[in-house]
Amino acid sequence: MSIEAKSIHRETFVINLGPQHPATHGVLRIKLTMDGEYIDDAEPIIGYGHRMQEKMGENRTYAKFLPNTARMDYVAALFNSQGYVGAVERLAGITVPERAEYIRVITAELNRVASHLLWAGAFLIDLGGFTPLLYTFDDREQILDLLESVTGARLTFCYYRFGGVCNDIDDEFVAGTRQFISRLRSRMPMYHALITKNIIFRKRCEGIGPITADVCRRYGGTGPVLRGAGVAYDVRKAEPYSVYPQFDFNVPVYPEGDCMARYRVRMDEIVESLRIIEQALDKLPAGPVMAEKVPRFLKPPKGECTFTVESARGSFGVRAISDGTDKAYRMKLRSPCFSNLSLFQECSRGMLLADALALLGSLDLVIPDIDR
Amino acid sequence: MWNYFKLIATGSWSLAVGMWIVLRHAFKRPVTVQYPYESVRLPARYRGHIELKREAAGGQPKCVACLACQRACPSGCIALDGVKPEGAPRKVLTLYTLNFTTCSLCGLCVESCAFDALQFSKDYNLASVRKEDYQMDLLTPGEKHS
Ligand code: SF4
Ligand code: SF4
Repeated sequence: MSIEAKSIHRETFVINLGPQHPATHGVLRIKLTMDGEYIDDAEPIIGYGHRMQEKMGENRTYAKFLPNTARMDYVAALFNSQGYVGAVERLAGITVPERAEYIRVITAELNRVASHLLWAGAFLIDLGGFTPLLYTFDDREQILDLLESVTGARLTFCYYRFGGVCNDIDDEFVAGTRQFISRLRSRMPMYHALITKNIIFRKRCEGIGPITADVCRRYGGTGPVLRGAGVAYDVRKAEPYSVYPQFDFNVPVYPEGDCMARYRVRMDEIVESLRIIEQALDKLPAGPVMAEKVPRFLKPPKGECTFTVESARGSFGVRAISDGTDKAYRMKLRSPCFSNLSLFQECSRGMLLADALALLGSLDLVIPDIDR
Repeated sequence: MWNYFKLIATGSWSLAVGMWIVLRHAFKRPVTVQYPYESVRLPARYRGHIELKREAAGGQPKCVACLACQRACPSGCIALDGVKPEGAPRKVLTLYTLNFTTCSLCGLCVESCAFDALQFSKDYNLASVRKEDYQMDLLTPGEKHS
């Protein structure tokens, strides 16, 4: 663009969204070039919370890296652990007892529900509605109480081990989980009446921030973002891992691609997750929760493998390369939030600032997961 | 025109429904715990900072200073030492400090202990403005190592 054209027709200015901004849910900075109220360009600037997780995965033993996995996507920490232990187990050829796999599925799905509930509340705050957060947190606290009773922690669980889980679940947990399932099911109509049907919410979401399947493909968008764009891709179905093939569940898909579609996908996923948990509790086999003969100092044979799980935000993948020593040669962590943020720049072009915040919120970003 | 009024009607109705839900909740029992006047019941498996288990008789730490926990700790926050007195069957602990500022509460140390000498404490009222307060001397609990 020539100088005259720029100065005569358009006068743009730059504002910084973040790094400390309530709508970014963390230390994310977005450099917005604004043309009045409309966004000309939105450049995400990341790295404020970079902790070199990948490098840490390479300079410490496999077991010592376990606690780190919960600190990337801390809202859905169990998925990261699941991806990591899955990759190492595949590398080292460890078979996990069936009961442990069931427990992993139950706890991970509980974590997914908790994550989606947190998202729903936080998203509503982005849109200016405070009250629903209090209700979703009430439910989320119940899940955290349940998970705390088995794992000992409320957020950074560190519960899975190579070859199983570190604590068995008891009858109290099973009964509590069943009670929670019926409680949340009875509260879903309340959420739909309070949020889904609310006219302000609908006006702020319907048709706002469209993301197409093509954009997702180009940027690697996964999870509810992709399913809200009409693509029925879920790692649990496409590349089944753990004991997921034994459960009957649907993959919610909405073709509209707007904020409302992503919201609906997540709300439906809560219901589907509850179904999975219920089936897992019904079928829960007896037996050990830890594989026998897991060496104390793990030295997987030379080789490499990839393990992907469907986290609450999309595909979380771990690519581990072993050179036969007790430390990984390479530990590549593919975080869903990074790809989901990447498409923001293209999709927010030409949007109103307030609508772009709705789009940003609907991507469900966890910034430490992006920065790693 | 008809749609315009219909939208106003349905929109107002959705707001009224929302208000009604919130109003009903206003008369329910609060779910918040009024900390610090009340405290929550901690589950048995709560992972607090670590503490040494002691023998029922004598109150001596069960720890034999095998260093397994120190080696297992990803954060390197355990420092311990022990001496073997003349004629004693096992080593006796002389130093056990936890640098709580870097502890990630992962629990790997407790799992690594083959002598059942470590456990998680249920102490969570640990706020302090002095860094030294988190250099915990586990051998003589109650006294801060500063
Ligand atoms: S809980 Fe983890 S970080 Fe803390 S002392 Fe034990 S092993 Fe180290
Ligand atoms: S592993 Fe147990 S016995 Fe060994 S030094 Fe640590 S606390 Fe003591």
